[in-house]
Amino acid sequence: MHTWFDSWALTLVVFIPAIGAVITMLIPREEEEAIKWTALLSTLATLGATIATMARFDYGKTSTLQFSVTKNWIDVINSHYHVAVDGISLPMIALTSFISLLCVVYSWNHFPEPHNPKAFLALLLVLEVGLNGTFVAQDLILFFVFFEIVLLPMFFMIGVWGGPNREYASIKFFLFTLFGSALMLLSFLALYFKVDVPGVGHTFDMVLLSHAAGAGLVHSTQLIIFGGMFVGFAIKVPMFPFHTWLPDAHTEAPTVGSVLLASIMLKLGAYGFIRIALPILPEAAKSWAPWIGLLSVIGIIYGALGCLAQKDMKRLIAFSSVAHMGFIMLGIATLTTFGINAAIFGMVAHGLITGMLFFIAGSIQHNYGTRELSRLGGLLKSAPKMGWILGFCVMASLGLPGLAGFWGEFPAVLSTFNPGGNLSQPLFRTYMVVAAIGTVLAAGYLLWMLQKVAFGVPKPEFADAHLHDVSSFEWTAWVPILLLIVALGIFPNLIFRVTDDAVACQTAAPFVSKTTTPVSPSLKCPGAPATAQVTAKVTADGSGG
Amino acid sequence: MFFLDKAWLIPLLPALSFVVILLFGKRMPRHGSEVGIFSVGASFVLACGALIRWIMRVQDAKGGTALGALGRSIGHLGAEGGEAQVLPVLHHLTWFQNGGVRLTVGIQIDGLAVLVMFVVTLISLLVHVYSLEYMRGDRRFTYFYAALSLFTASMLLLVVADNTLQLLVGWELVGMCSFMLIGHWWEEKPNSDAAVKAFLTTRTGDIGLLTGVIMTFFIVQRATGVGSFNIVALNSAASNPKVGHTLVLWCAAALLLAIVGKSGQFPLHTWLPDAMAGPTPVSALIHAATMVVAGVYLGARVFPVFFNGFSIGAGGINPMAAIGGITVLIGAALAFVQDDIKKVLAYSTISQLGYMVMALGVGAWTAAVFHLFTHAFFKADLFLGAGSVSHSGSHHSFDMKTDMGGLRKYMPQTYKTFVIGTLALSGVFPLAGFWSKDEIIANAGHNDYKLFLVVGLVGAFMTAAYMARCVYLTFHGEYRGAHAPHAIPHVDEAEHDPIDTEASVEHDAEVHSPHESNRLITTPLWVLSFFAVFAGFLNFPHFDKFEKWFTPHFPPAFADISTLANPAAFNVFLAISSVALALVAFGTVWAYYEGKLPQGLSERNALAGKGKKFLVNKYYLDYLYEKVVVDGIKGPIASGVYWFNQNVIDNVLNYTGKGAQALGRFTYTVIDQKGVDGLVNGLGTLTGESGSEVSKLQTGRLQFYALMLVAAVVIFAGALWIFT
Repeated sequence: MHTWFDSWALTLVVFIPAIGAVITMLIPREEEEAIKWTALLSTLATLGATIATMARFDYGKTSTLQFSVTKNWIDVINSHYHVAVDGISLPMIALTSFISLLCVVYSWNHFPEPHNPKAFLALLLVLEVGLNGTFVAQDLILFFVFFEIVLLPMFFMIGVWGGPNREYASIKFFLFTLFGSALMLLSFLALYFKVDVPGVGHTFDMVLLSHAAGAGLVHSTQLIIFGGMFVGFAIKVPMFPFHTWLPDAHTEAPTVGSVLLASIMLKLGAYGFIRIALPILPEAAKSWAPWIGLLSVIGIIYGALGCLAQKDMKRLIAFSSVAHMGFIMLGIATLTTFGINAAIFGMVAHGLITGMLFFIAGSIQHNYGTRELSRLGGLLKSAPKMGWILGFCVMASLGLPGLAGFWGEFPAVLSTFNPGGNLSQPLFRTYMVVAAIGTVLAAGYLLWMLQKVAFGVPKPEFADAHLHDVSSFEWTAWVPILLLIVALGIFPNLIFRVTDDAVACQTAAPFVSKTTTPVSPSLKCPGAPATAQVTAKVTADGSGG
Repeated sequence: MFFLDKAWLIPLLPALSFVVILLFGKRMPRHGSEVGIFSVGASFVLACGALIRWIMRVQDAKGGTALGALGRSIGHLGAEGGEAQVLPVLHHLTWFQNGGVRLTVGIQIDGLAVLVMFVVTLISLLVHVYSLEYMRGDRRFTYFYAALSLFTASMLLLVVADNTLQLLVGWELVGMCSFMLIGHWWEEKPNSDAAVKAFLTTRTGDIGLLTGVIMTFFIVQRATGVGSFNIVALNSAASNPKVGHTLVLWCAAALLLAIVGKSGQFPLHTWLPDAMAGPTPVSALIHAATMVVAGVYLGARVFPVFFNGFSIGAGGINPMAAIGGITVLIGAALAFVQDDIKKVLAYSTISQLGYMVMALGVGAWTAAVFHLFTHAFFKADLFLGAGSVSHSGSHHSFDMKTDMGGLRKYMPQTYKTFVIGTLALSGVFPLAGFWSKDEIIANAGHNDYKLFLVVGLVGAFMTAAYMARCVYLTFHGEYRGAHAPHAIPHVDEAEHDPIDTEASVEHDAEVHSPHESNRLITTPLWVLSFFAVFAGFLNFPHFDKFEKWFTPHFPPAFADISTLANPAAFNVFLAISSVALALVAFGTVWAYYEGKLPQGLSERNALAGKGKKFLVNKYYLDYLYEKVVVDGIKGPIASGVYWFNQNVIDNVLNYTGKGAQALGRFTYTVIDQKGVDGLVNGLGTLTGESGSEVSKLQTGRLQFYALMLVAAVVIFAGALWIFT
């Protein structure tokens, strides 16, 4: 039964925070309580709308775009306000709405200098608009606009509320990602002008472009267009060697900024690969995949080694993101349903786990006034509860089975054994071994950090310091995340069930070869035959031309 | 069939107990220990039930002996008949789906599983009881019991697993519990170092587990068309010609690496002696009787993979037998030079695990599992005995040379049980170790692995010798501890500082002189001694119940495995030789310590001195791993990479920024004097010269945005035009 809610659900999810932001701006600066409550209620309402969407979502047809809305937007370039969710988007908007709310809760009395909750919370809400919007957009121009909306609030969060070196970090962050966005936009424009979707003509519609799957483009053009998108997305992920903005941004960002950055913003790039780059240009994806895989495994090892050289706890966690995102990108690079599912799981798991680690790093900074590993120690003695939570997150982050992190890592590594799209097996099996070695290094730097921070006895300078353990606001913000980390670890199907068909039909379908992990015969892909036909045609054309 | 069908309850109970202890343990009258003991006790009862039901199932199926033989031959053909009913009990449900493949979580209950469940729950229960006294007043008593529960649950999860993925989950979880318990007293750096070392070393082996388990998925896929981690499917796929030998070989090699890491095999054994930093009951439970045998268990579980991969049936030499054999000898050799009683036992464990891996490597499946079974009892007995000594006899020290000696007079029960354990470990007739070790040695010869027969005999000699040394130093001679007459007061580090002052005062009064431990400690010792004496009779020649009840039902294609896995006939000559060797070893060591043999050989003879130094330094493997590998990666390599990051990759970016800035300045000053003046301001801030005037910054940035955008458009459009 189609109800009023079905056509407004996603618009509500995206724009409730925008309304909240406007109201926040209208409240005088002195009314801090009112501002905080407005922010809290808007994120709560967003989460409510998201949960209602999840409740009404048809899990039997996760590969179908649901709650779809198409309205004319920019007629002159045939761009529409087209939003919809499927099994790939749903976990991402759930994660965004969830983490945003918890960030508001955590901020309640943790506002970093120069305080100003009004501006801080308004920016946070705008950020949520951009994030959720990116995950539901089905039109490239709409996607681009939301993708860019994310930049400004984060820039100001780092630049205004950040650490001592915030100027450099925020500008580096902004320019670097902007540079990528520019190339990405060009690729989108090229797709518009070059791809002629049968019966439609030129369009920015992601669904139609995916169905066309690069029809009519010669291989070299596809490669270049993919390259533009690659740079845009790879910077956002970030992949080696485009990662250098990340440690600086994280180190300087306020706690909540770091959490949002790690939990959700980094996922935009990987999501872009899954949603846009792979389905729209599958032939180019096959040519690029070995290189993406290579950069991923370099990232895994390189990020881990970078961690081992760190003296600052937060910077260490930032580098660990480079390694973790390497696993996610490796899963994507295999072009298999198995691997891409793992990547989406990994995105959610990394969002929760690394988000938690940044929360803890923030609270440690708040407590000790420092994050220098050589000065910390004995957290388990001075703040036992926080110490235990840190230990738990470390175990989750190093991929302990039974916790969420494992399900992002293990299937991704598994899928490298038999990559899709006729990719080289020996090459990807080499990646498999390198990635497996990466898991040892991950255990190394994480346990080393745990040992430095939590074990032993507090250093003399903090021996008598009065440190507070986990506060009630922290508990409220953290317990849901911790529970989810356990729940997803024990019941991985909470996510895999949602993503599996969607990934199989929309992203991995063009890459199925006889050596790939078999797709179950029960799989229902609406419109899949069309896609497959188109792909087959392109292959024929490609080899002919 | 309740006990077999509901075997999933056995891991579930301790798992629930973990949650309950964690949440409510501190508020309970006995701080959570009662929950742990109750749940593990219940699991033990269920495991006993499963064991009995399984034996009944086998007996029912086999009927009389003649019929049984007939049934067996028919059963291998998969037709109806007695044997067909002795299939494992299998239950599973969907865990998750991925790529359209449904992956399951389930149980596979067969002889191997019920046997190991019995061992794990029994020893865990005894350790729980023992710890009531041993850990009394510990600063983290509740947490200790929570971790014990989680460990027991994880180990049982691994044991019941019907698929390799679930096995991997249990495997990693026991590794984490081991980390938690080794580092139980994490205030002291050596303890947390040992915990990290144990985790990282086993994780290195887990590279093999990760890749090996992945390959098991694809072995099944090649054989059946659909990938699966299912162990039954894997065992039959391993010999399927469609799979190809190369993949099976790689899988076997990868899984062997996992075994090497987890079961303390050369060259990754170095973590196990350090793991003795944990509380002694943990050493008994995790680092001797159960967790470290997980590797051997894996080997036994997916034996067809190893059998085919390494062509074990061909005889001669293969990596698995070789690693096991080397480990038998190097572990035993190191046990000679330890002064710490727990380290003697740790190296002994390494050596005995070597026996088990070697047995698998020579195709003696039954012998390997039999040794796993008997070893668990006497090794737990010995460890708990060592704990009893340190608890009541040596003031929390484990140093045999400085704090022990002559304790047999003060601790008669600990002494007796320790001696029983020693005799069983040394393979003295008719104790448990005799039967299982002898079976390994006999089968090595039987299966055409003559070299490993010799290794087994030499190992038996060395085992008896180092254990004799250990018993002598601990229990014989004069008491050398802090309370010995004329001894210099010995200040040793208290192993645990009781938080309960009342208890500690009482405790201090008790330790004025060495004395026997109380019943909470001696009862488990006697129970284990009982098994150390009698467990071996299960496979008494011509009785052979162990073999009948627990030998696996490998898939039909494995007729040759079944032949190999069935033990050789009892060899009287070998049995007499090995016992004689053990007795000679006892006699020699005794004579040495009684002063009847020349002393100080290593001081007088340069070669012997060097040999001893080599052993004392543990073959320099720790030096290699810690100083060269770990410090190398943490030091120069990590710093080098980071330097590269900051100075090369980052500078590309910084110089691009500066270049753009210079270009902008040039454009402004030379080309367009009347240009927008925000540009330079904005770009200037790129190098961080300007303050926090955000509005001003933004103007500049937007200019830069435009510049970059234009540049990118130009480059990109050009590229498109050229290439299309």
